[in-house]
Amino acid sequence: MIRYFFLRLAAAVPTLLMIVTATFFLMHAAPGGPFDQEQVLAPEIQANLQRSYGLDLPIWSQYGRYLASLRHGDFGPSFKYKDFTVTELIAQGFPVTFTLGVIAILLALGIGIPLGTLAALHHNTSLDHATMSLAVLGIAVPTFVVLPFLGLLFGVYLHWLPVAGWEARSIRHLALPVIALALPPLAYIARLTRGSMLEIMGAHFIRTAFAKGLPASTVILRHALRPALMPVASYLVPAVASIMTGSLVVESIAGLPGIGRYLVQGALNRDYTLVLGMVIIYSTLLISLGLLVDLLYAWLDPRVRR
Amino acid sequence: MIPILQIEALSVGFLNSGAMNQAVDQVSLRLAPSECVGIVGESGSGKTQMFMAAMGLLAKNAVARGSVRFEGQEILAQKSALRRVRGSKLAMIFQDPLTSLTPHLKIGVQLAEVLVHHNGVSWHEARYIALRMLDQVQIPEPKRRLHEYPHELSGGMRQRVMIAMSLLCRPSLLIADEPTTALDVTVQAQIIELLRAVREEFAMGLVLISHDLAVVGGLAQRILVMYAGRIVESAPAEELFRHPRHPYTAALLKCIPSVFSAPRTRLPSLAGQPPRIGEKLDACAFAPRCPRAAERCRRERPQLQVAAAGEFACHYPEEL
Repeated sequence: MIRYFFLRLAAAVPTLLMIVTATFFLMHAAPGGPFDQEQVLAPEIQANLQRSYGLDLPIWSQYGRYLASLRHGDFGPSFKYKDFTVTELIAQGFPVTFTLGVIAILLALGIGIPLGTLAALHHNTSLDHATMSLAVLGIAVPTFVVLPFLGLLFGVYLHWLPVAGWEARSIRHLALPVIALALPPLAYIARLTRGSMLEIMGAHFIRTAFAKGLPASTVILRHALRPALMPVASYLVPAVASIMTGSLVVESIAGLPGIGRYLVQGALNRDYTLVLGMVIIYSTLLISLGLLVDLLYAWLDPRVRR
Repeated sequence: MIPILQIEALSVGFLNSGAMNQAVDQVSLRLAPSECVGIVGESGSGKTQMFMAAMGLLAKNAVARGSVRFEGQEILAQKSALRRVRGSKLAMIFQDPLTSLTPHLKIGVQLAEVLVHHNGVSWHEARYIALRMLDQVQIPEPKRRLHEYPHELSGGMRQRVMIAMSLLCRPSLLIADEPTTALDVTVQAQIIELLRAVREEFAMGLVLISHDLAVVGGLAQRILVMYAGRIVESAPAEELFRHPRHPYTAALLKCIPSVFSAPRTRLPSLAGQPPRIGEKLDACAFAPRCPRAAERCRRERPQLQVAAAGEFACHYPEEL
C-alpha cells in the first residue's frame, strides 16, 4: 500500500509536466499576445516589451526558460499585473479561494450524504420525492443565477447578510458565496448517495445484519454507509474541479479577492505565466486529491488493499 | 410442551405491480424443542420465504398473514417480540457466506457486535467470547481471524464464521438456509458435521433448508417436503426415505445420485416445471408432472392427511 502510494506520487510528476507543456503551447498557439491592445503601440515599444519578457526568443527556448524557472519554484512575472509576480498574485488570493472551496465541499458532503441516505431509507415516499426534486433543481440552476437570487433575498430584502464584498475572517461575507458554490455538488452527492444506498440496502450482508438483531441505525451507519460512499468518493475529484471553476463565477459576482478570476482573465489577456501558474496550482490540487481518494477507497473497501 | 416454533396458516405473497404472487400458501408446522427438521423443495417452493417471514426479513413488497409463535410468543404480528429474540434466541444463517458477511468490517467486529447489542457486554469481553466461539467451530488460528476481513477467508471458513456468529447468544433455534449450497462438496460434509455437533452441544432446534434431500437426510429427524408454496409431505427422515407417500417425494428420491448406480445410466430427472408463482389452482399443483395423476387430481386440491408416520397431501399416494 505504501509502495503503491509512492509510485502514484512519482507518476504525478510526468502528469504535471504534460499538463504544463500542453497548456504552454496551447496558450502560445492562441492568436494575439499579452501586449496587443486597442491602441496600437509603436513598433519599437512593442519590440522592447517583447524582448524584456523574452517573447522574441524561439518558442522552444521560451519553453526551456519557463521550465528552468519552474525548477526553482518561480512562476515568473505576470504580463498584465506588471508590478507583481505570479507567485505573489496567487499567494494573495489563494487563501480566499481555498477557504471558500473547502467550506463548500465540506458542506456538500456533510449535507448531501445524510440527505441522500434519508431519501433512500424513505424510498418512494414524499420525503424522497421532495429531496430528489430539490436535488434536480440544485444541479440544473446555474451558480450565476443562484448567487444573485440569494443576495436579493437575504441581503436586499431581509438584510441578514451582506450581498457582496469581503472582510478577512468574516463568516457573514462567506455565507452566500459558499452556499451558492456548494449547491450543485451537494445536490449531486445526495443523488449519488441515495442511489448507492438503495442498492446496498438490498445486499445480503445487510440482511445478515438485520438477522443478527441489530437496530436499524447500527445497520445503516456501521454496515451500509461505507460501501454506499464508494460512488461519492469517485465523484470527489470532479466535484472539486467544478467547485474550482464555480469559484470563478462566485468570486466575480460577490467581489471576493480570490484567484478564481485569474484563470479566465489571464487567458483572455494572454497572460501566459499567470494562466500556467493557475493551471499548475489547480492540477497539483486535483492530482493530490486523486491520491487521497485512492487511500479513501482502501478504507471504504478493504478488498482494494493489497 | 410448548413447541419452539409454531407456524399457523402462514401465507406469504409478493405485491408486484398490483398483482399478488403467492409464495407460501397456508402452511402450518410445529417444531419441538431441540428438534432437527429438514425442509426440502425446489427453488420457488416457498421454503426460504416461510422462514424469512418468521425472521421478519421479507422484502418490502411482501405481505405475510397467519401466525408465527416462537417459544409461545407471537413474533409475526408483534415486531417488538421479534426484536427481543432475533439474532439471540432465534438465529439464521444464509446460503452464500461471502456476500452475507459485511465486506469492510473485520470478523472480530461482526462477531462481537452481536454480543454487545444483545448482552450489553463490553467490546473487549465480546471479542473474547467471539474468540472462544471461533475455536469451538474449529477455525484454525482464531486469534488471527478476528483481525481479518471476510474476503481473506475460504468459503468453508466463512460459513463457520456465520455459524459461530449465530451461536454467540446461545440460540434455542437456528435456521440454516441452504448452508452448504455455495460450498465445495468436501466442505459441505464438514459444515453438516459441524451443524450436527453444535446442535447437540447447544441442545438447540435446527431447521435445515435445502433443495438437496441428501444433504438434509443425514441430519434431520423429520423432513418436510414443499411444493409450490405448500407442504406436500412430512415424515420422520427414515420413514420418508424408505416409504415416500407423495409421488413428488418419490421422484425426488429417485433423483439422488448413488455410487452404486450402474455406470453410463442416465440420472433420472423430474420432467416439467413447477407451477409459476401466483397461479391460482383448484387442482393438485404437482398433477401436470405426476405419473400417478388422475382426473380427480385436476379438479380437487388434496389436503394434508394424517398417515401412520406423518402427513401427506395426495389423492393417490404411493403404496406402503
